[in-house]
Amino acid sequence: MASTDDQSTERANAGESPTWVERIPAAYWALIVVLLIMPAIAGDFILYQIFGWTFILGMIALSLMFLAGYGGMVSLVQMTIASVAGYMTAIFGVSAIETISLGWPWYVTIPLALIVAMIFGTISGWLAVRTEGIYTIMITLAIAAAWFYFTNQNYTIFNGFSGFNGILPPQLFGVDWRGPVAFYYLTLFWATVAFLVVLYLSRAPFGLTLQGVRDNPRRMAALGYNVTAHRVAAYTFASLLAGVGGILLTWQSAQISPGTAGIGPVIDVLVIAVIGGLRHPIGPFIGAFIYVILKTFALDALVAVDLSGERFQLLIGIGFLVIVFWSPDGILGLWSKFRAARNKDPLLDRGGDAS
Amino acid sequence: MNAPVRDPSSIGERLSATGTANALEMRGVSKFFGALGAMQDINLTVRPGERHAVLGSNGAGKTTLFNCVTGDFPVSGGSIRFFGEDITQFPPHERIRRGLRRTYQISLLFTGLSVLDNVYLAATGVSRSRFSFFRPRRNDALMASAENLVRVVHLEDAKDAIVAELSYGQQRQLEIAMALAGAPRFILFDEPAAGLSPTERSELVEILLGLPGHMGFIIIEHDMDVALRVAERVTMMHNGRVFKEGNPAEIEDDEEVQALYLGGAHG
Repeated sequence: MASTDDQSTERANAGESPTWVERIPAAYWALIVVLLIMPAIAGDFILYQIFGWTFILGMIALSLMFLAGYGGMVSLVQMTIASVAGYMTAIFGVSAIETISLGWPWYVTIPLALIVAMIFGTISGWLAVRTEGIYTIMITLAIAAAWFYFTNQNYTIFNGFSGFNGILPPQLFGVDWRGPVAFYYLTLFWATVAFLVVLYLSRAPFGLTLQGVRDNPRRMAALGYNVTAHRVAAYTFASLLAGVGGILLTWQSAQISPGTAGIGPVIDVLVIAVIGGLRHPIGPFIGAFIYVILKTFALDALVAVDLSGERFQLLIGIGFLVIVFWSPDGILGLWSKFRAARNKDPLLDRGGDAS
Repeated sequence: MNAPVRDPSSIGERLSATGTANALEMRGVSKFFGALGAMQDINLTVRPGERHAVLGSNGAGKTTLFNCVTGDFPVSGGSIRFFGEDITQFPPHERIRRGLRRTYQISLLFTGLSVLDNVYLAATGVSRSRFSFFRPRRNDALMASAENLVRVVHLEDAKDAIVAELSYGQQRQLEIAMALAGAPRFILFDEPAAGLSPTERSELVEILLGLPGHMGFIIIEHDMDVALRVAERVTMMHNGRVFKEGNPAEIEDDEEVQALYLGGAHG
């Protein structure tokens, strides 16, 4: 399924001795600079709604990319884990539903929310790793559906259909973190951290092992690895990523309700990860950006051509079909095809960056 | 280090494991697939450091024997002791961590990773850094041992090559390097010479003969030249049972064995 092109190029780079600063191509520096000065060029809506949401959804999809791309486990429970973290933030911390929320300070609430999300994700993983392929998808989808209906019907803890509102980030350092610029940097920071950690892990023993388990579980057992334990540990780590994404998502809209992790959003995470590409941790962020753009502007575009605005899902669906049909590796796959074609040597007929 | 003591009462058993106990002791081991007896009532004893060959025609149950020893298949009956410890019910990874290794007849390698990464994974599997979140440093001991093993099997020129690009013979060599990772006590070689050229075969014999003296092994091999050169004892299997056991000279001269191998109509 997923290949290891990115690793071999990375290996090639690691062989030389330039510093890590020199090893990052100029185009990436340009992207970093653009992202950092974005608040100077973009309006509040773009910062908060487009980029903030992209980074958050990207992180949740990244947790799926880690499981599916490196571990070969397609989990539909990642949005649910994000929602668990969101709910815990509301229940332990401060929300407008004062009868339920405990009002504990953020430095207790946030770690607690992440721990609960990781426990939830670990148990889900423990149930799911005994199965493969379509059965993993079914089990995780069943857990996601169970969580949706449970939160929808439980009023004593989860406040039923309406969920919680008024969940705000702490006023740390005197900053209003829901201000567009502050929220942009907050989400950019955590998305970057998540991205770099996954990138680093892909070459650390934990990530290498996971890729080994994906390609050849029987051989891994014959090398002394406890395959089940590694798969479950991958879920635990992915839950941390999804949990951070879930807390930010809850702060962004200041509310959490069963619909946050309804069947639609749960599947959207898979769509985002596949559109972007499962081969490299940048894929989920590309996918999230496309998804957010479509979800935000497709409505206007459709209305402009006299179609009902609710049909934006149709556009996403068609986009998904086109991408999966033309490039099973998502946008990343298209990009590497394009690179290979551009670098092709007309005389030798060999791809330039074949590694 | 790679054999954690779980129960204080088993310490005596484990101490004896390093001393006088046999490397491998199979008592009445059977394996049935439904009604098909792939392996029946196998008794096999291998002393520490002994090099043992298992011969037999296709379907004689040789690879099944290996799969039962490593735990890839659960046995249908009997017991398996590894250096004195009863490992019959252990999952594969627990057996490997006690110093057992194997190679596969059909190479099971990580074809998308480099040669060095494959050996590094093998070395990491029996170490404590299995779950490490940190990349190996330049002077990492596991990486150093991986590089060393790559040299032992003469693959140093190809160590950064992706495994899918290796020749068949190189892949077989890599299999051996992975089996040698992490201080093995006993190795199961499943037809390591299959499909190799004559030159590669003599290289293989050289590697096998060059293994440290305490490292016993069982080799399944069709090529009698290879098997009888490296083995001190030979077990002949036929139709899932032990048919003959002896030293290489005895087996070579045995008329029944010759009939089976030369005139053998048994598939």
